[in-house]
Order: sequence, then C-alpha cells, then structure tokens
Amino acid sequence: MRAMSDDAALYKQLATIRHFEQTVLDAFPKGAFYGTTHTYIGQEANAVGVLAHLHEGDIVFSNHRCHGHFLAYGGDARGLFAELMGKATGVCGGIGGSQHLHWKDFYSNGVLGSTAPIAVGAALAEKRKGSQAIVVLFLGDGAMGEGVVYESLNIASLWGAPILFVVENNHIAQTTPTELAMAGSLASRFMAFNIPAAELDSSDVRQTYTAAAHEFANLRSAPGPRALILHTARFGPHSKGDDTRDPAAIEELRATRDPLAIHATRLDAAERTAIDAEIHSTIAAAYAQAEADPLP
Amino acid sequence: MTSVLESLNRGLHAAFAEDERVYLIGEDLLDPYGGAFKVSRGLSTQYPDRVWTSPVSEAAIVGVGAGMALRGLRPVVELMFGDFSTLMADQLINSITKFPAMYNGAAKVPVVIRTPMGGRRGYGPTHSQTLEKLYLGVPGLRVLAPNTLSDPGELLKRAILEQDDPVLFVENKVLYPKAVQTAETLKDFEVEQTQTEFAPVHTLRLKGTPAPVLTLSAYGYIAELTREALTRLAFEHEIFCELVVPTQLAPLPANGALEPALLASLERSGRLLTAEEGTFSLGWGAEQLARAAQHLGNRLQAVRRVAAAEQPIPAARNLEDAALPSVEDIISAAREMV
Repeated sequence: MRAMSDDAALYKQLATIRHFEQTVLDAFPKGAFYGTTHTYIGQEANAVGVLAHLHEGDIVFSNHRCHGHFLAYGGDARGLFAELMGKATGVCGGIGGSQHLHWKDFYSNGVLGSTAPIAVGAALAEKRKGSQAIVVLFLGDGAMGEGVVYESLNIASLWGAPILFVVENNHIAQTTPTELAMAGSLASRFMAFNIPAAELDSSDVRQTYTAAAHEFANLRSAPGPRALILHTARFGPHSKGDDTRDPAAIEELRATRDPLAIHATRLDAAERTAIDAEIHSTIAAAYAQAEADPLP
Repeated sequence: MTSVLESLNRGLHAAFAEDERVYLIGEDLLDPYGGAFKVSRGLSTQYPDRVWTSPVSEAAIVGVGAGMALRGLRPVVELMFGDFSTLMADQLINSITKFPAMYNGAAKVPVVIRTPMGGRRGYGPTHSQTLEKLYLGVPGLRVLAPNTLSDPGELLKRAILEQDDPVLFVENKVLYPKAVQTAETLKDFEVEQTQTEFAPVHTLRLKGTPAPVLTLSAYGYIAELTREALTRLAFEHEIFCELVVPTQLAPLPANGALEPALLASLERSGRLLTAEEGTFSLGWGAEQLARAAQHLGNRLQAVRRVAAAEQPIPAARNLEDAALPSVEDIISAAREMV
C-alpha cells in the first residue's frame, strides 16, 4: 500500500485533481484544448480514497470522467494536459483525447458500461495467471442503465472475478437526474448477483479511504467481486457549459460537500497554504510544458 | 475425408495443445454437447479449466474475452449464431478494435470471435443471416472466412496463436459437413495458392481450357457454389472462367488496391462476377467491383454481383431457396456478361 494515509498526502492528491480540472475548465474557452472534457470537480475524495489502496500491478478501468482517476493512479499531469491538447507527448500521443487513456495498468473508455465485461475479463485473466492483481472498475450512476453491466455482474459473480466495482453516484447523468433514470436501488443491483455491496454517502476522503480499505482487504483475502457505492456530488457541468441544474443547488453542494474544504480542516493553515502553492506551481508548469510540446 | 467441422475442431485442439494461454468462452460448450454446431467438441473434457461455458450474454462474453486478451491471454469466443453478433457489436467496434490504436499502440487485443453465419437450414429470419458485411471496414478488425480449398483448422489455429489483431472468424454453417478438398478431389483444376498476409487465396481454372473470359470471385460456402458454376459454364456453355477465393475479407490492401490474385485474374479476363450470401447492396462484392473499376478502368468490360435478396430470409424452404444465391443464379449472371 502506498503511504497515502497521512492527511497531508491525501490533501495533496485532492488538490492536484481539483487544480488540474479547474485549469481545464478555465482554459477550454480560450481554445487551449480541442474536443471535450468531463471534469471530476466535487468527486475527488472517491478516486483518492479508493486508489490509495492499489498495489503495484493492480488494474484500473475508468470511464469518460477519468482525469481524477488517472491522476490519483499516479498519472502525469503534463501527459494528461498534452493529451487534451492533442500533443505528441500526451498519454496516448493525442489519439485518445480526454476519455481514452491507457498508461501502465490504467485504462479508460468513453462508452458507458462498455468497460464492465472487459474489466471482468482482465480480473479473470489475472486470477488465471496467478498474479494476485485485482481490478478496480469505476462506473457512474449513468452507466447503470446499460445492459452489459448486468451481464458482467452475473459473470463476475459466477466465475469469481477479483474485481471491485466502484459506483460513483453523483445523482445526475449528463443532465438527467438519477430519479428519472433509475428504478430500484444501486445496492440491490449488486446483491441480486450475490456481490456484497457497501455504501457510503460522504465527500470526506478519510471516510472513502476507510471504506475502500475494508473492501480491498476483503477482496485480497477472498478474491471475488465486491461493490463500493459512493454517493457523491458533481460540482461542474457534465462536460463544459452544459449544466442545467439550479445554480443555488450547486452552491449548496459546494458549501456542504467539498472534499477539499472538508479535509483541509485537518491541516494547519500554513501547511495547507504551502501545499496549495506547490500544487499551483506544479500544475502551471505541467500546463506550460504541455503547451510547448509538439503536435503529433 | 476430413470435413470442415472436423478440421476446425482439430485446429482448436491444436491451439489448446500448443499454448496454455488459449481459452474458449461461449454458450453450451460443455461435452457431450460441445457447442451448438459441435465445433468445440472434446475441448471441455480435455481442457476443463480453459473452456468456460457461459450465460446467454454475447456482449459480456466478447468483452470478457477482450479483457483476457488485453492481459496477455489468447481467448476464443464462440458466438452460437452470427445473427447474435449484433449483441456484441459495441464491444467489437468501440472497445476491442479501438484499444490498439487509441492507446497509441500500447495495447493488444488478440481475441478470436468465431461464429457461424448463413442460411439453407430453414432457421428463419434471425438465425440464417450472413452479416459479416456489417463488420467489413471496421478499422483494426481482421475478418476471415474459411472455405474447403485449404485447411480451415490451420487458418483458425494461426488466427488464434499468431495474430495480435482481433479476428472475426466467419464459418458458414452449411460448410461444416463439406469435405476439405485435396489434390485428388481438385484434380480437374489448376490451382494456384497465394497469400494475403497469412490467409490463403486460391485461383482455380479447369485444366486444359482456353484463356478465361470471366473472373468469378466468392468466399466461404458460396465459393463452393461458384466452383460448381465454373465447371458447368465450361461444359454446358463453353464459357471459361477463373475463380478467385480469398479467406481474408478484411482488411483489404491499402489505398484501394485489389487483392493481387484477383487483379492478375482480371488482367486475363477483363470481367468480374462476385457472388456472396450477404444482401446485394453495399456489400463485399460492391467493394471488389469498385476496386476493379479503379484499377482496370476501361479494360474492365463487364461487372456483376450475385447476392442474397434484400429481405429477411424466410423459413419456408422454397422461399429461402429463392432468397439466397444459387448455382443457377451465378450461371445466368455469367451468361449475361459474355
């Protein structure tokens, strides 16, 4: 396990994702990027708390909203900026763009739910190879509308795939509130396939960290699928400039569910200021480097 | 004699014996059943750990195969009917064939998806189609269709063991009981074998006949019908043809080039008739004809396609026969061309 349990290290990761994503949103209208993006602002405690438990060789499958997962996995900010800018130094040489990343054992794809059987297959392959590696698959509430997800849960359970399904329920799929798209409960979807499902409604990284620690410990001692449902809040638009929610509701979320604000109270002010300054300068340098990088 | 079915079954057994990274996933695979068409018979007995009979979940089993391939195994996924390939199309088009390129060459997905296609069994509109044309032209996908002219099992084994690309392996279901040809059974023909990458291309002409006036081209089971048409055209109508039979349907040569064996034959004959069991428009034959037109220009004297009618395939035998291309269809199209 990485030495991520101390509060400063966790804060540093949260701030890295936040500042990266804010830079993306700020720079997009200036024409710095081409294409689209889906930012992770508000959900940072999920990626940071979950992926802190990875071992070398563990595998992550992510979705369209993958920047936070990628950075928490250890991905390089310059490479990610460059990928979004369509530069040769990008994570995938500018071919993948924002939603399609692969580095080491991290994979993302932009078709919701399509990663589910592939992640299950990867988990089964590692099991057959005897590697001890486990797979973490991030899904959102929106992906739960895709049938292939349920085919995959069934197979994961039947064949004992060592995989942790992490559902980030941000209560909105693009512009559609979850209550207009989902009948029944998230947990019962997993339990119907005999997959144990834990739930947490928190934006506190200590809590996501602890909940994930429990899941990883269980998964490593008794390999088989498990689910961790994280109720969370998306502060930004689905993509960019396409948020149809009441601004007051978003302000309320920002005031009560901000992972950085919640966790910052555990740091002394000077330490926090120092970390913020460091992250600002790291991200600014990564952006400048990516900007200067050549086209593919 | 070895049937196509036996040859494919041997090819699978050989791949399993040679490489322990080979797995098979699909519906109803377990012995004594051995898969709906018995191609997988014996494997679950001999390799119980590596043959996984699955739920009826085409998208997920293809995706599981993709994930295994991504992590270094060499899975084969059996789809019970090619008609069901629509259920896994997203996996094929948006994941399996995308990963190698969109991850900038850093990922390989060597999965082989095997599936029977085709009619003439009375299975009706949703179990009789020839749908591979939907997947021709998907970048990064290799589509192979065996025939009786060379060992289908060898082609399958090489696709499993040697190919790093995803492969869609299309087996016409009427082909299964047919005999794999030998030098003896082909003794009336002059046979030339060339290769498209590792996949064979056969050019056939009747021994001792005059220069060809028409090139026929077909793949899979329709190549059988076309070979019969070639013989009858010679003996009954004195129309002398060559037949070019590819096994790799995609990718085709870059920049719109013709398959070299087909180009060579067209240089001799100046006329091209394609035959396929897929529907008529926007299909495999149309692509061959377009390439022929581009490369031969006004040296191309006539082109024509024989294909399935553009309608669902009926269950009733006489209606099904009428909807699918026959030897007579090929002969009459050929006669109109020369």
